Amino acid sequence: MNFNIVNVIFSMPEIIVLAGACLLILLDLVLYKNQKGIIGYLSLLIILIAGAGTLILSSPSVEIFDRMFVVDGYSTFFKMIFYLSTFLAVLLSINYIKIEGVEYGEYYILMLFAMSGMMVMASSIDLLSIYVGLELMALSIYILTGFKQYNGRSNEAAMKYVILGAFSSGILLYGISLVYGLTGTTQLADIAGILKQQGNLDIGLVLAIIFLIAGFGFKVAAVPFHMWAPDVYEGAPTSITAFMSVGPKAASFAVILRVFLEALQPVSASWTTLIAILSVVTMATGSIIALSQTNIKRMLAYSSIAHAGYALLGLVAGGADGIASVMLYMLIYAFMNMGIFGTIILLRKGDFKAEDIEDYTGLAKVNRGAAFLMLIFLFSLAGIPPTAGFIGKFYIFMSLIKTGYVSLAIIAVIMSVISAYFYIRIVMLIYMKEPVREFDLARSPANSLALIIAVIGTIIIGILPAWFLEMAKSAIFPG
Amino acid sequence: MAEQIFFFIFAVLAVGSAIAVVSFKNPVYSVLSLMVCFLQMAALFVMLRSPFLAVVQVFVYVGAVLVLFLFVIMMLDIRKARMDQFITGGNFWAIGLLGILIIEMILIISKSRLTSITVSSELRLDGGVREIGEALFTKYILPFEIVSFILLVALMGAIVLGRKELR
Repeated sequence: MNFNIVNVIFSMPEIIVLAGACLLILLDLVLYKNQKGIIGYLSLLIILIAGAGTLILSSPSVEIFDRMFVVDGYSTFFKMIFYLSTFLAVLLSINYIKIEGVEYGEYYILMLFAMSGMMVMASSIDLLSIYVGLELMALSIYILTGFKQYNGRSNEAAMKYVILGAFSSGILLYGISLVYGLTGTTQLADIAGILKQQGNLDIGLVLAIIFLIAGFGFKVAAVPFHMWAPDVYEGAPTSITAFMSVGPKAASFAVILRVFLEALQPVSASWTTLIAILSVVTMATGSIIALSQTNIKRMLAYSSIAHAGYALLGLVAGGADGIASVMLYMLIYAFMNMGIFGTIILLRKGDFKAEDIEDYTGLAKVNRGAAFLMLIFLFSLAGIPPTAGFIGKFYIFMSLIKTGYVSLAIIAVIMSVISAYFYIRIVMLIYMKEPVREFDLARSPANSLALIIAVIGTIIIGILPAWFLEMAKSAIFPG
Repeated sequence: MAEQIFFFIFAVLAVGSAIAVVSFKNPVYSVLSLMVCFLQMAALFVMLRSPFLAVVQVFVYVGAVLVLFLFVIMMLDIRKARMDQFITGGNFWAIGLLGILIIEMILIISKSRLTSITVSSELRLDGGVREIGEALFTKYILPFEIVSFILLVALMGAIVLGRKELR
């Protein structure tokens, strides 16, 4: 294959983001210390341009770079989630990193690099490009986690994340190498073809699947690979916690769906049970440990673990319904999780951290608006109609029931009821108790815009789910 | 046959030195074991008909990276940071569990098709610079470009996290 202009055209959104990030590195040098916000606004512009590019290129399904990279509806859908989450995270950061005293241009640039890693992941149809995309994303996020460099917790979180992350990458690579050894290719569709041809299941492949599940399980914080999540979520700057609880998780699910439902579909009998057990344990651990948390970021970490469990159920269900339900879930999760972290960021001002759950006592009496936003996002996370969170869970459970996993669906509903307790507890504190302190909001136009987008998304998907579900269904990959 | 004997020598030495890396209490010994491990890897690359990769492995890892490791260790004087607090005697159950897992993995792999796969003799690869370069800039151009950005991010990360001006 020689140099091909098609490659350049169809990877244009990635090129725009990467080239834009490089230009911003140069621009960062000439800006004064108090002007770094400009880099933030330019990142927003880059995201919008890339988004437009992705939409223009979306219609056909084109495989480029020697069948390593595909531009199709599925990757477009996920890229939209990445653009959305990065856009909101940048909006929330502009004011927040000033308050935290870490206003550096590299912050936004690393976010763009992380986003381009996710874009590569969502478009990859080869284990090799999946892996390099994953590393680009992960490395940028390790750095962002430790960005509050004067803060011990932030350092500790970054350290833990990078060591465990490197370890999980090693495990993932070992799994990939076993798959390559058994099939002689890393291209997903080719792997599926060879596995179909080989017929009986090789025991070595089971080992490979276990390693792949462990490696990807770490990235989505599925139990028992979740240990990093609470510490990292707590230690990272809140805007980064918001970003990494949404973007990387969606990217990892995009990859997991492709790898398992495309490449490993012929041997689905060997991994379905494993994933089912994993998802039940993940939901249970996430929901139950979250009950006893006193720090809201730790609680949301466990909540995000539980949500990964629900999304894994969509993988168990498989098929068009399963894929579409996970895609929709990720979109909804992006809106509501960005929203809840956005409100936490809104309350962070001066010395007030707003990280203890008790800090929210009586918020409704002092500031109606912020309290109402918290209410909507918490209800959505708990899965209470008419918010979007309900729709996300509903379609996942429906796809499970349709494929005959009724008992799994029942367990998931029970877990979802348990998890409602810790979300509602915060609502109780906000609305039923008398305030013990003054609340001073860190208002800014950017913050408000982010929260407005998040709240509109959460409510619109809750009211008009059919349109979004159709959009997801029309975008699934052939598998 | 001779090739297999050499493979086992290199493989056993590589695994042994890798275990040594994590078991020594003195970090300098660990780094030296890591050097042994990397040299064995280079030997394995030679056996896989990739002399160029082997040379790069020796130049980059043994020559540059490990020397940096040694510099850092000697500058920081890690021995003062009490290594015993990281390596305690209480993790025997973990080692036992690991042993069981390793035996299980060996059993699984020995029963799998992987053991009967041989490298095709028809492959006319000489593992030279030309072939690697061609592969990197044609078939593997996408991963190659992404890896270059990974390096850029790593560079930025080192600078950002190492900046002096604290609040």
